[in-house]
Amino acid sequence: MGQVAVVAVPPSRAQSFTKRLREGDQIAHLITLIFAASILLMTVFLVYELWVHSAPSRAKFGLGFLFSQTWDPVAEKFGALPFIYGTVLTSVLALLISVPLGVGAAIFLSELAPPRISSVLTFLVELLAAVPSVIFGLLAIFTLVPLLRQYVEPFLKRTLGFLPLFQGPAYGVGYLAAGVILAIMTFPFIISISREALLAVPREQREAALAVGATKWESTWKVVVPFARLGIIGSVFLALARALGETMAVTMVIGNDTAMHASLLAPGYTIAALIANQFTEATGDVYPAALIELGLVLFFLTMILNASARLLILATTAKGSRTE
Amino acid sequence: MKKQWFWISLLAAAGTVAVSAETINAAGATFPAPIYQKWFEAYRKAHPDVQINYQSVGSGAGIQQLTQGTVDFGASDMPMTDDQISKITKFKVLHFPTVLGGVVPVYNIAGVTAELKFTGDTLAAIFLGKINKWNDAALKKDNPGVNLPNEDITVVHRSDGSGTSFVWSDYFSKVSPEWKSKVGASTSVNWPVGLGGKGNEGVAGLVKQTPSSIGYVELIYAAQNKMSYGLVRNAAGTFVKADFNTVSEAAAGAAKNMPDDFRVSITNAPGKNAYPISTFTWLLIPNKLDGAKKAAVTGFLKWMLSTGQQDTQAMFYSPLPKPVVAKEEKQIGSIQ
Repeated sequence: MGQVAVVAVPPSRAQSFTKRLREGDQIAHLITLIFAASILLMTVFLVYELWVHSAPSRAKFGLGFLFSQTWDPVAEKFGALPFIYGTVLTSVLALLISVPLGVGAAIFLSELAPPRISSVLTFLVELLAAVPSVIFGLLAIFTLVPLLRQYVEPFLKRTLGFLPLFQGPAYGVGYLAAGVILAIMTFPFIISISREALLAVPREQREAALAVGATKWESTWKVVVPFARLGIIGSVFLALARALGETMAVTMVIGNDTAMHASLLAPGYTIAALIANQFTEATGDVYPAALIELGLVLFFLTMILNASARLLILATTAKGSRTE
Repeated sequence: MKKQWFWISLLAAAGTVAVSAETINAAGATFPAPIYQKWFEAYRKAHPDVQINYQSVGSGAGIQQLTQGTVDFGASDMPMTDDQISKITKFKVLHFPTVLGGVVPVYNIAGVTAELKFTGDTLAAIFLGKINKWNDAALKKDNPGVNLPNEDITVVHRSDGSGTSFVWSDYFSKVSPEWKSKVGASTSVNWPVGLGGKGNEGVAGLVKQTPSSIGYVELIYAAQNKMSYGLVRNAAGTFVKADFNTVSEAAAGAAKNMPDDFRVSITNAPGKNAYPISTFTWLLIPNKLDGAKKAAVTGFLKWMLSTGQQDTQAMFYSPLPKPVVAKEEKQIGSIQ
C-alpha cells in the first residue's frame, strides 16, 4: 500500500529515490517483525491452549501429577513420572551415542576427508535427514530389535549384568532400542550442522595454527573445533529437541509399558508416544485432559533441558576464557 | 474457445450434481472401517444422491465428534456409557449394531505347532502376570499331549486405545474377579505386565518376533493374515475356535434378552458353540435428523440390514443374527 502511494505522487527524482529507500526499509522491517512475532505468538497460543484444555486434570491431580507413577484409564488415575523418565532417559541415551559420533564424522568430513569423498558422504547425510521417522521405526523393528535381543542384550547382561542398568529379560524392545534408534535419527542433524560450522572457520585460523608448528590434528582439535563451538552446540540442541519430541519410531520399539524400570533393557514409554497411542480413544473429561497436560509437561521439559544445557555451556565457556 | 466453454459447462454440471447429493459425515471406530467404507461406496453407487463420508478416527473420537455435533452420526466398538449419553442434550443417541467381530489369542512358542486351548481363568492369569511359565500346571492340564516348554511368558497387548482391548478386558472382567477389581475393562487399561504394540499389526509383529510370547488380535486380522490362534473355553464348557459361525452364535445367545437400546456386551455369552470373546460394533445415530438427512440415513440403515449384511463374510466379519436385524428395523422407525 505504502509503495503505491509513493508512485502516485511523483516528487523530484532524487527525493523519490531516497524516500523509496527509506520506506522500503521500513516496510521490510515491519514485515519481518510480524514474521518474527508470529513465533512468539504461536508459542504463547500453544501454551495457552494446552493450559486451558488440561484444566480438569490439573484440578484433580495438582502437582502430584508430576510425581505419580500410576496410569490407569479405568480408575481415571493419572501420573506423568514414568513418561517423563522415559523421555529424558531415551533422549540422553541418544545424545550420548550420537554426539561423539556426529561431531567426529563432521570433523572428518570438513577437515580431513578428500573433497570427493566428503561431498558424496555429505549428500548421503542430507538424504538421511529427510527419511520419515516411520521408516526408521520399521528398520528398527526388523533389524535393530532382533539384533539387540539376540546379540547385544545377552552380551550386556553377561558382561555388565551386575549393574541394575542391564538386568532383566532381553525383549529387544525397550529404552535401549529407543535410544539407539533416536541416536541414528539425530546423527544426520549433528553431522550436517556441525560440518557447516566447521567449514565456516576462517582459513587464517588454521594457517596460523599450522604456522606456529601445530600438526594437522592439533590445529583441528585445538583451534578449529573450539572456534566452531557455538555451531556444534546448536546442532546438539536441535538433536535434543528432535529426540524429545520424536513419536512414531519410538513407540514402535520402546515396548509401551506404563511402569518405570531401572534397566535399560526393560520396556518403557515416552510422553510423545503415549499421547500418540491413546489420544484417539480417550473419552470422558479427565483422561484427554491428562494427555493434554502431558503435552504441557513435554513443552516445559524441553524448555528446562534446553535452558540448563545453555547454562552449562555458558558456565564452561566462561571458565575456559578465564584460564586462557 | 468453444472447447473451453464445453469444459466449463461440464465442470458446472458436475458441480450441480455434487451439490444436489446429500452429504452425510460420520466418524468413529477403526475395527469395522473396512466394511463401512465398502458399504458407503456400494450404497453411493446404488443411490447417487447420498454420499456418506466416514473417517476412522477411533471410537472415542467418534463419540466426541458426535457429542460436539461435528458429524451426523458416529460409530463405536463399545456402547456409550450413561455418562456419555447424558452429555448430549439435543437428541437421543440410538445404537445400531452393524456387524460382529471376535478377538483371538495368538502366540509364538518354539516347537509348539498345535492349537492351544485356553480357559478364561488361565488367559486372565497370564495377562495378570500370575501364570508366567508356559509349562504351568493349568496350561498343561488343558493341553494334554502338547510339549509346553519351561520358558517365561512374554505378554503383548495393544498400546493404543482400541475396541479390541475393550472386548479382551471386558471378557477378563467377567471370568476373573481379580481382573475386575485390579484392572477393569476399557479401551486402554493399566496392563499389569507386558509389552505394548500399536495396532493389530504391532501386536502380531511383536508376538512373531518375541520367543515364548502371547498376544491378542482381531479375528479378521488373524484370518486375513492366515495366522493360527488358540481356542477359548466358553460359558458352556466347550473349547471353541473363533470363526464366523461361533461368533454369530454368541450374538444369537445374547439376542434372546437383548435390551431395547442394544447396549449389550456379548462376551462370555451362553450357547454351546458360542465364541466367548465376541462383540457387536455399533453405529450411533441421533434420533432427530432434518428431512433430507433423515431420508438418507434411514435409507442406508435399511439397506445395511438387508443387502449390506451379505457382504460381511467376504470381508471376514460375522453377520447379525436374524432376530437382532428385526429388532433394529423396528428402531429405525423411532428416528424423527
